[in-house]
Formats: sequence, C-alpha cells, structure tokens
Amino acid sequence: MSVLAPTTTSPEAAGNRRALVEQLHDWVVTVDHKRLGIMYVVTGLVFFVIAGAEATAMRVQLAWPGLHVVAPETFNRLFTMHGTTMIFLVGIPIVFGFGNYLVPLMIGARDLAFPRLNAFGFWVLLFGGLLLHFSVVGGDGLYGAGSAPAVGWFAYAPLTGRAFTPGNATDYWNLAILVTGVGTIATAVNLVATTLTMRGPGMTLGRMPIFVWVMLTVSGMTLVILSPLSAAQIMLALDRYLGAHFFDTQAGGSAVMWQHFFWFFGHPEVYILMLPGFGFVSEIIPVFSRKVIFGYATIVAATVSIGLVSLSVWAHHMFAVGMGAPLNSFFALSTMLISVPTGIKIFNWLATMYGGRLQFKTPLLFCCAFLFQFLCAGLTGVMLAVAPFDWQLTDSYFVVAHFHFVLVGSLLFTIFAAMYYWFPKVTGRMLSERLGRWHFWLLVIGFNLTFITMHVPGILGMPRRIYTYQADRGWEIWNLVTTLGVPLQLIAVLIFVVNVVLSLRRGTLAGDDPWDAWTLEWATTSPPPSYNFDAIPVTTSRRPLWDLKHPDDLDGPHE
Amino acid sequence: MTSLAVAEQEAETRAWRGRVGLIGLIMAEISLFGVFVVAYLFYMGKSLNGPYPKDVLDLPVLATVCLLSSSIFVALGARALPRGDVRWAGIWLFVTALLGTIFLASTAKEWYRLIYREGLTIGTNLFGTTYYPLVGLHATHVIIGLCMLGLCCVFAWWGALRPVHGERVELVSWYWHFVDAVWVVVFTVVYVIGR
Amino acid sequence: MRRRGVLICAFVAGLPALGAAADGQGPTPNMFAPVSTPAYAIREIAFFVLGITGAIFVVVAGLTLYTIIRFRRRAGDGPSEPPQVYGSRQIELAWTVVPFLIVLVLFLVTARYIWGIERYQQPPGAVEVTIVGNQWWWEIRYPKLGVVTANELHVPVSDPARPTPTFITLESADVIHSFWVPQLAGKMDVIPNKTNHVWVDPTTPGTYVGQCAEYCGLQHALMLLIVVVHPREDFERWVAAQQAVARDDPAARRGRELFASLACINCHTVRGTPANGVFGPDLTHLMSRWTIGAGAARNTPENLRAWVDDPGTLKSGALMPAMKLSRRDLDTLTAYLVTLR
Repeated sequence: MSVLAPTTTSPEAAGNRRALVEQLHDWVVTVDHKRLGIMYVVTGLVFFVIAGAEATAMRVQLAWPGLHVVAPETFNRLFTMHGTTMIFLVGIPIVFGFGNYLVPLMIGARDLAFPRLNAFGFWVLLFGGLLLHFSVVGGDGLYGAGSAPAVGWFAYAPLTGRAFTPGNATDYWNLAILVTGVGTIATAVNLVATTLTMRGPGMTLGRMPIFVWVMLTVSGMTLVILSPLSAAQIMLALDRYLGAHFFDTQAGGSAVMWQHFFWFFGHPEVYILMLPGFGFVSEIIPVFSRKVIFGYATIVAATVSIGLVSLSVWAHHMFAVGMGAPLNSFFALSTMLISVPTGIKIFNWLATMYGGRLQFKTPLLFCCAFLFQFLCAGLTGVMLAVAPFDWQLTDSYFVVAHFHFVLVGSLLFTIFAAMYYWFPKVTGRMLSERLGRWHFWLLVIGFNLTFITMHVPGILGMPRRIYTYQADRGWEIWNLVTTLGVPLQLIAVLIFVVNVVLSLRRGTLAGDDPWDAWTLEWATTSPPPSYNFDAIPVTTSRRPLWDLKHPDDLDGPHE
Repeated sequence: MTSLAVAEQEAETRAWRGRVGLIGLIMAEISLFGVFVVAYLFYMGKSLNGPYPKDVLDLPVLATVCLLSSSIFVALGARALPRGDVRWAGIWLFVTALLGTIFLASTAKEWYRLIYREGLTIGTNLFGTTYYPLVGLHATHVIIGLCMLGLCCVFAWWGALRPVHGERVELVSWYWHFVDAVWVVVFTVVYVIGR
Repeated sequence: MRRRGVLICAFVAGLPALGAAADGQGPTPNMFAPVSTPAYAIREIAFFVLGITGAIFVVVAGLTLYTIIRFRRRAGDGPSEPPQVYGSRQIELAWTVVPFLIVLVLFLVTARYIWGIERYQQPPGAVEVTIVGNQWWWEIRYPKLGVVTANELHVPVSDPARPTPTFITLESADVIHSFWVPQLAGKMDVIPNKTNHVWVDPTTPGTYVGQCAEYCGLQHALMLLIVVVHPREDFERWVAAQQAVARDDPAARRGRELFASLACINCHTVRGTPANGVFGPDLTHLMSRWTIGAGAARNTPENLRAWVDDPGTLKSGALMPAMKLSRRDLDTLTAYLVTLR
C-alpha cells in the first residue's frame, strides 16, 4: 500500500482515529524494505538531533576557558554519548536505511532476500539505541554509580575495567552496541544475498548502479569487521562480570589488545559509513551534469579496493602506542595507499562534471560542497598517515577536525544530497528548492566556520576530551570561533526539518521521474507500490532509462 | 520461458538466496572466532601463575572423533532428503545430533574436572581467561546446531519433513560443517600448539 | 566553582614567570615552535607533507572550481544532452600512477623519519628519567640521581654540538595516559603493563607546558605536565636541592608530628621522616613546584590549605580523600608543608 494513502478497511463512520491506529500497526509489523528503510532513516535523524544537542552543550562549555556550563562528569558523558550515538545510531541506520530502500529498486527486485530478518535488524537497532539512552535517565545500577557511559566512544581498556569504572554505565555502552551490531550483521547478510541472487533480468553485476556496488562492498566489509568488535565487547563483559583478565593489565593482560581489536573494527567502520556517501554522489552527479559517470569500471574497482585496503590500516589510530618502527611504517604505508583509490574517485566525479551541463539543484549543491570538503578531509588524512606528524596531531583537536570533515563535511552533506534527491521518490513530493538553498548555505558557512577553525587548537597543543582548559594557553579565540559556527548549523538543520514537514503536505507532486534520471528506481511510481514494479523491467545497460529515452544512442556499445 | 522453467529458476534462486545468506553469516562467525583465537595465541605462555595448559589439558580424542565424524552423517542426511528418503534423512540427522551431544558431554566433563579438581577458572590466569571463552563459544555454536538438528529430527519423526525442505536441511548441514571446521582450528590451537 | 576559576586564572597569569631562565616562552604549546630535535624533525616532515598536500589542494580545488563555473547550464543550451564520455584509459591510468608515485615518495621520507626518531641511540651523559602516569598526576623519578618529584620535569639544556638529551621511560600505574609536550617531542602513550620510551634534547632554556593526551577518566583535563629546561649549572643545582632530605624547620615541628600521626604517611613520602607512602606524590620538596594537583591550582599556602582540607574543591574527584581536619590542625599542617622547600 502506498505511504500516503491510509488503509481503511472499516466503514467511514469509525473515522480517522481507527485508520491511524491501523496505519501505525502496519508500520510496526511491516517487512517491506521501503518502509523499513524509511524507519531506519527517521530513527537515524532523531538520534542525530539528540547527538547534535550533546555536541552543542560541549561547544558551549569549551567556548571560553574555565567555564562551568556542565560538570566534568557530565562533559565526559557528553563526548562519549555524542560519538557513540553518531557512529552507531545515526550513521549506520541512515546509510543502511538508504541501502534498504534503494537496492531492491535499483536491481529490479521486489524486496530484500530475507524480509523478516530485515525487520529484525531494524528493531534490534532501535532497541540498542533505546538501551544506550536509557542509561541517561534510569541507569543507577550498582553502587548508584550508573549513568550514561563516560569512557569515550572507543572505550579504551583498562579504563573500562571494573576497577576504574565501577557501576553500570560502561555496561550500557557495551551491551547496547553489542546488540546493534547483531542487527547490522543481519542487514549486511540480507544485502549480500539480495544483490548476488535477486537481480532482475538483464541486470548483470557489471550493470548495477554504483550505489549497489557500494552497498555490496560495505556489507561484505561489515561481515568481516563487525564481529571483532562484538568479540572484544564479549571479552570486556567477561572481564567486568566473570573476573576474566582479557584487558586486565594488573593480571598480565594487554590494554593494547583492546585497541587492536577495536580499531580493526573501527577503521573499516568509518569507511562503511563514508562509502555509501560516495555511492550517493556517484548517482547524483551524473544526473545533474547530464552525463554518464566517467569510468564506471574504475570507480567500482576503486570502491572494492578501498574496502579491501581499509582492512589493513587500523593501527594508524595507534601510532603513539609504541608499536615500534616496523609496524608504524607498515601502517603508514597502507594508510597512504588507500588515498590512491579515494583520489581516483574524486577525479572521476570531476571528469563526469567536466563537459556537462550542471543544474545546480539542491542535491548538486551539496555534492559540490562535498567535493571541496572531502578533499580537505582526505588531505588532512594523508597528514595523519605520516606517523611522526601524527605523533603531534593524534588525540588533539586536529584529528577531531579531520574526522568531522569526513563525517559531517563529507558524509552528512552527501546524506542531505541523497535526501533531496530521493525524497520525491519516497514520498511523491518535491522538497522546496528555496528552503533547500537556505539549508545548504547556512550549513556550509556554519560547518566550515566551526571545523576549519578547529584544526588550529590542535596544532597549538590542545588535546581532545578535556572539559576545560586554562586561559592564556592561546586556545580561547579559536574555541570561541569554533563555537560560533554551531548556531548556523543548528538553524540549517532546523530549516531542513521544516522543509520535510511542509513538503510532506504541500510539496509539488513529483511524478515518477522528476530529475530525468536513468536508474531503475525512477521507472516506477513515486512512491512505489509495495511490490515495487508492475512488471520487472529488463535491463539493457548501466542506464536502463537512458536507453529507453535515447533509443538512437544506446549505452550498451560504449560500455 | 515456460511457466515450469520460470518456477524452476525461481526455486534455484531461492535456494541460492539461503546459501549466500548462510555463507555471509559464516564469514561473520569466522571473524568472531578469529578474534578469540588471536587472543588465545597472544596470551599463550603469558600467564603469571598456573595451572598451565600442559599440566591440566588432556587431548579430547573421543569428543573430536565424534564431532568430526558427525559431519559425514549430516551430509548423508542432507543428501537423503531431496532424494525422497525422509526416513533415512531423519535417522542420519539423529545420529549427527547424538554424536554432537556426546561431544558436549565430554566438554562438560572436562570443564568439571578443570574447575573442581585443577582449580582452573576464567579468572585464575590468562590461560583460563582465554580457554573458557574460546571453547565455550564453540560449544555454544554446537548447542545451537543441536537445536536445529533436533527440530529436523522431530519434524522427520512427525512426518512433517518433506523433500521440498531439502534446501533448508542442506543449510543446517553447512552450518554443522562450519562448527566442525572451527573445532579443528580450536583443537589445533588449544590442544596441539598451546600445550 | 568560582574559586577554582579564579585560581586557574591566577595560575596561568603567573605561568610565564616560571622557571629559572624563562626565555619568553609562552604557555602555548605550538608544535611549530619546536625546541628539541624530535619536535624539529616532526616540523620538517610536517612542512614537507603540507607542501605536497597544499599543492594537491590547489590543483584539485582549482579544477573543481573551474568545472563548476565553466560548465553551468546556460540559458541557450536547449533540451539536448551533452556528449556522453564513458571513460578514458590513458587519463585514468595517469591519475592512478601519479598519486601512487607521490605516495611512494611520501612513504619513503616518512619511514626515514620514523626510524630516525625511534631508533636514536642514547649517548653517554644522557639524563635518565622514569615517569609513571597516575590518575591524575605524574610521578617523576631520576633513578640514577635519587630524585623523586611530581608533575614538573626538570631537564638540562642540550648543546647540539655535544648533546645531553633526556631519555624518559614511561610507565602507568593505572590506565592509559599520554606524554605530550608539543615543543619537545611527539606524543607517546603511557600504558599499564607496557614500557614506552621517549627522548627530548631541548636547546633553549625555558618552561614548556604539556598535558596528558589520552582520556584517562574524570580529571583528564587537569593533568598538566610542566617541563623546565635549565642551563647546565642550574640543573645541577636543582638536582642537588632535590636530593637533599626534607628541611627540618624547628618552627614547624608540631606540624611535622601531626603529619606523621595522620594518614598522610600512608600515601606520601617525605624523605628524612617516617613518611614513605607511594600512592601519592613525593612531598619532600613540595614547595619547589609551581602547581598542585598537576595544574589544578598554583602552589600557594592558601591553595595548599584548601587542597589538604578537601582536594575536591580544586579538582573534583581527585583520589586524595578530604582529610576532615579541624581548622587548627589544618593551619598547623599547612605551616609545616610550606617549609618543604
């Protein structure tokens, strides 16, 4: 049934309230990949607002030295919850939510391979998120020392041991993320099985949209790297509850081993977050440049090789741990190497735009900002790959600025591009271009004001995760300017929310294919029926709708 | 295409859906076990106090023979079902489950001895810390496999198991093969290298 | 708390006057103002990397900007699509090979600097220091000189012609900390059950401020490390002063007896007295240090009194318990402590 048309099997006399309950029921029991995709994204956006509030509180506290806006314990909980929420409850749900919605449509399938497993994955994620946030209000736990966790989002041992963090706060972190990890693995299994076995007629692997290749890659990565985090968390739980000594340095255990396990997960995880952003851009830039993507095969190869190489770079988070020159050198090399396929992608996108006819609708605006901001993010990443330079920059505000350039300046911008691009398909209505422009410009200015400035305190020696700092360290003005960018970003996001709410009711009707695009999702209604397509289209090239619209200039011979 | 050919192709796709899904799950499980194996290897020889592996570990020969031979029987069972031999499928699956249960009982017996007679618990030293979770994780997977096998046996006994369920029983057998392969690794690491 | 804010400002205002021969070194630990070889080396390679990445940025951002402006859809373009370009093997090969070569060069330079800094051999005449990270203070020991102090690292200046570097062994008593004084060297983590090493050879006397750079719990933010670089003779004098046992000022005898009778001696050492606890900082020459609580407040008698009364007022959650003394005892004790110069 369509998203907008309410289900009323009862007579009119029962009225809207009955219909609403039935609607909610439909959403709760659904196994439809499109509805689950929407639920993932909405969940991610709600947690985004919460984590954004946490960030705002931190920036206010740090705007000037010696402030007491929040207590030290509270600040430590804020940065832990902010990081954990953004990575696990915002990034992953939104990215896999889009994958959920788009992959079957893009390959000409009617749903994912395991619809009930799909629903399970979503509800488990939601439960994990609620469990983590329950700690804020209800987590008194043992010794009355429970509360939101305050161990940092990567929870280094032995700080997380019972000896140094009594009470249940850390357990909320541990168990909630363990639970969400199960859901993510389930979704990854689903996406791999779907992509490999349920493609429609004519949809060979070499004709799949790049976004589908990206989701296949990140799902494969998930299957390899998520379990190590789960294993480490099981070990931590055993340490904390059964007296094991996995990370108990007093008993000969190794604190560094936690880091190896965590970052073996943690680094590919951030590529799992970013690669779908690249996937969005690879779909959007061609449509708004009116040109085919330049070098399809290379972009696919680059995607897969990023996925593979990302498994070998993890210890660049540990350059200061004292691993020794050989290991430091190896990880410096692997980290630098991964910049090659990443750079190739940027060049392919530029080459796509070059010679095109750029239509600066909101999706393309976000993609353009992404191009500049991701370039910065990647280059500061290269700086961090140089281990000796990293010895100064790691654990400082420089690295915080770097990864926010990746996750906000790059990923979030591509997510917004994707929202503006696919909102018409999902809801049948266009988002307002005018509000979109306000959203875009406020976000660009606010983001860069905050995060370009943030590099400076790092170079001037300001470590991360400190709840305050002394006056006259030379850090005040930079922190103040950094904080000044926050209200602009808040207003930008607010404008986006307003845009969504207004457009749901009064947006222009979109029709099947408002952007004149070329992939299969645009070959059905907006929103699609529950069975996706009346008849599964036959795929003749990488751009099936281009072939239909240009029968005299088919893509096939050129591929 | 005739509708029969289409139906056959869809059945084939459906079968591969399940197979690819299970392979994906197995990849995730390999990663999971891998980390516990790495921890075991890293902490080998680093315990600050005894008991040490060579003092207390005996080779679990009977358990290993039972578990590894059970792979043969589960393969026989998975092959019998699509052929139409529901009765033999049930018997082979039952034998598999029996052998798996003997394995578990043997592990339980060993753990009893280690805990109560040798004084080795998870908190005793690094050996205990890494031994119990690794072997225990494997044993947990054996239990899950036994539940699935048990269900298949019950359905066979009730007459509810049909040849058309052959794909699903095949997936159960793949899972069981995986559990056996993991045991080969655990056995080698803990009882051969580690001692 | 307002009091703490005032104290912090007072502390920092006085910081530039710190040290024997402060050379106008401000407390801003700028990694691009190095005074020691590892930091110099890092700055060198940093400039190299910044040069390469800067050039890449200019080229790629410039190309992007050009593309965005030049290929805007214009009014007269009409409904037809532009020519579709599917790829170009030569171009794609070029923009694979060139970045790869850049990476190769960058890696070779990086490797040289990694090995150069890490494998530097300790020369004879180097000063040896062991630093033990605690929550939330630094224990600093000079094993060969018999000196134990806290939170302030004193080292001799090093002459590039005949270097006298300081080699620091890093250990932790509890969780992971990180030693970071940007003007002297890159970070090195301080990890329990692992021994790390870092070396510095500052060429300019002065005072350099660093702080713990790995989140270590509640008061990670107040775990400052002050490094004072002395000219050679001044360093010898400092060492001699630190090696001496605690001053025995007869006027403070009542306070000394009080100290010995309370739980203080369970955690603190005052050499020359029965106090030999090792959980807290060595107090033998407490008043020779600039701050208390690893930067929580300036080391003045008023602050000292407040700290002894309840450390939580200056550094909430500090592991030293509030001593709950009467006002008279507090005054007596403080009068004794300020004699420990």
